[in-house]
Amino acid sequence: MRTFSFICIALLLVFAGCKKEDTKTPFVGFTSPANFPPPTYSFTGNTVTEPGFLLGKKLFYDGRLSRDGSISCASCHISFSAFSHVDHSVSHGIDDRLGTRNAPAVQNMAWERFFFWDGGVFDLDLFSINPIQNHDEMDDTIPNVIAKLKADPEYVRQFKAAFGTEEVTPTRMFQALSQFMCMLVSNDSKYDKVLKGTASFTSAESLGKTAFEQKCASCHSGILFTDRTFKNNGLSLTADLGRGRVTLNPNDEHCFKVPSLRNIAKTYPYMHDGRFSTLEKVLDHYASGVQNTPTLDTLLKPNGQLGIPLTNDEKANIILFLNTLTDETFIKNPLFAQ
Amino acid sequence: MTVLLCFFLLQACKKEVADANSKLNGNLLLHFDNKAGNNDLTLNADTLKNALGQDFVVSKFNYYISNIQLLNKDGSTYTYPQNESYFLVKESDKTTQEIQLNNIPEGDYEGLRFTIGVDSLKSVSKIADRTGVLDPTDGGADMYWGWNSGYIFLKLEGNSSFAPVLDSSTMERPIEYHIGLFGLNGATNNLKTITIPFNGSVVAVRQNKANIPTVHLFADALKVLSGSSSIDFTIESTILSDKNSINIANNYQHMFSLDYIQY
Repeated sequence: MRTFSFICIALLLVFAGCKKEDTKTPFVGFTSPANFPPPTYSFTGNTVTEPGFLLGKKLFYDGRLSRDGSISCASCHISFSAFSHVDHSVSHGIDDRLGTRNAPAVQNMAWERFFFWDGGVFDLDLFSINPIQNHDEMDDTIPNVIAKLKADPEYVRQFKAAFGTEEVTPTRMFQALSQFMCMLVSNDSKYDKVLKGTASFTSAESLGKTAFEQKCASCHSGILFTDRTFKNNGLSLTADLGRGRVTLNPNDEHCFKVPSLRNIAKTYPYMHDGRFSTLEKVLDHYASGVQNTPTLDTLLKPNGQLGIPLTNDEKANIILFLNTLTDETFIKNPLFAQ
Repeated sequence: MTVLLCFFLLQACKKEVADANSKLNGNLLLHFDNKAGNNDLTLNADTLKNALGQDFVVSKFNYYISNIQLLNKDGSTYTYPQNESYFLVKESDKTTQEIQLNNIPEGDYEGLRFTIGVDSLKSVSKIADRTGVLDPTDGGADMYWGWNSGYIFLKLEGNSSFAPVLDSSTMERPIEYHIGLFGLNGATNNLKTITIPFNGSVVAVRQNKANIPTVHLFADALKVLSGSSSIDFTIESTILSDKNSINIANNYQHMFSLDYIQY
């Protein structure tokens, strides 16, 4: 009988606890949208939890991950631009130093097979070691960053909440960052709403969609708007060998990751080095600016003609369609913003 | 009920102990003695000559040894437990030059096989499984490329009067050979697995042996720079993640040899 009363009281307390939480939206961990492919990130051993996500978020926004405290991940990956760096052709790091590539959007990371424009990193957990230790970005060392985190009781508390013990380790820091980044799912753009039947395209957007599917979707394919490969898209060459630097395969030289076009209107400037400031300039490039270089993708020289023929109307409509890939719910989600 | 449960638990324990005892195990030491030709390798000291007669001094010499296998005289092969089979040998740290292999089945072993570098499976493992010398933030920090996720299998650094000046403020003429790449997605694969026969002798691994046998191995740093390709410091003073790394890996796969076996 005593046991029964105890259980009753315990249940009562549990329910009381639930009731109190009702004012707050309960944390929903990582969920893969039904129309997305299976995620490539392996959550085995790193399931997204609320404390893990919150720790990752705190780290993402914390300048202490850099040598002098001035640069956080969010310095170059800003929420209102889908976690990219608008108006900056290449990344701006510590001491106003410049990187060599454009800071890409951090979104739908759980579906990325490779990271960086050249795909040199194949696991999100192995990514963050790079910007933290890069001389031109955050310019610190992992042991030094860990020492700074250990000295902060709030971090120690959050590491314990996220991983069960107070140990502050590099592995846990990277895993927490991955938890935060994997939660950055963008799938509520107008395009997605049209798919769900809760919105409809204007006639110009529809025309743009048709043109896009004919002229752009061979590479920017599927629900993620990328075939997740590396290609030379006909830019005039620079010293940057791109994918070729990673694989040492001459066929990969000057090939770069085909980026997702989700939130593309928010992530200007464009290309791996941010050379084009507007989508108009991007489409002008594909229509009339493609350079015939040795590794140029064959899709960009059909029948010996360079580029993709596009009329001015098609360009305008494609841009209107691309604007429907902007996901305001994602960009303004207070769960992700600082 | 509780008594019954305890009984079963005890039975289970008993059985395990019996199984462990059914095989006798011994230990073995591998000693890596880095040398330069016929001389002992020194860091920042002796002036060496490459195959082209160009002088150089070595300041760093590190390499990974993994996936150790012992070749039994009876034709069988013993594979040391995968997860414990990663070692980083550094010329600057004597303690890394001796590798103790524990719980090896008793037997007469007539050869040794290992991989120079970190195999492709471990190279793509999750971060939580990268501990000790494989921790890219700690034990393996100096032997890891973050930008092109992968371990540097072998590092040879130094300077040579034949190498070009890289930084005019210091006027230093460095030589740097950082060799990695494990063949991910069609990339270059510089992993080398080599076999070292004990030249007719055997290492008898026995339980309760007072002296653990030691296999003394030579690693000749000069052979990193010579063999199938003679490295010319005037044009190849730095070979990192590039195609020429294949030449260095083809060279250094022949740098190991048996010195002697000690009981």
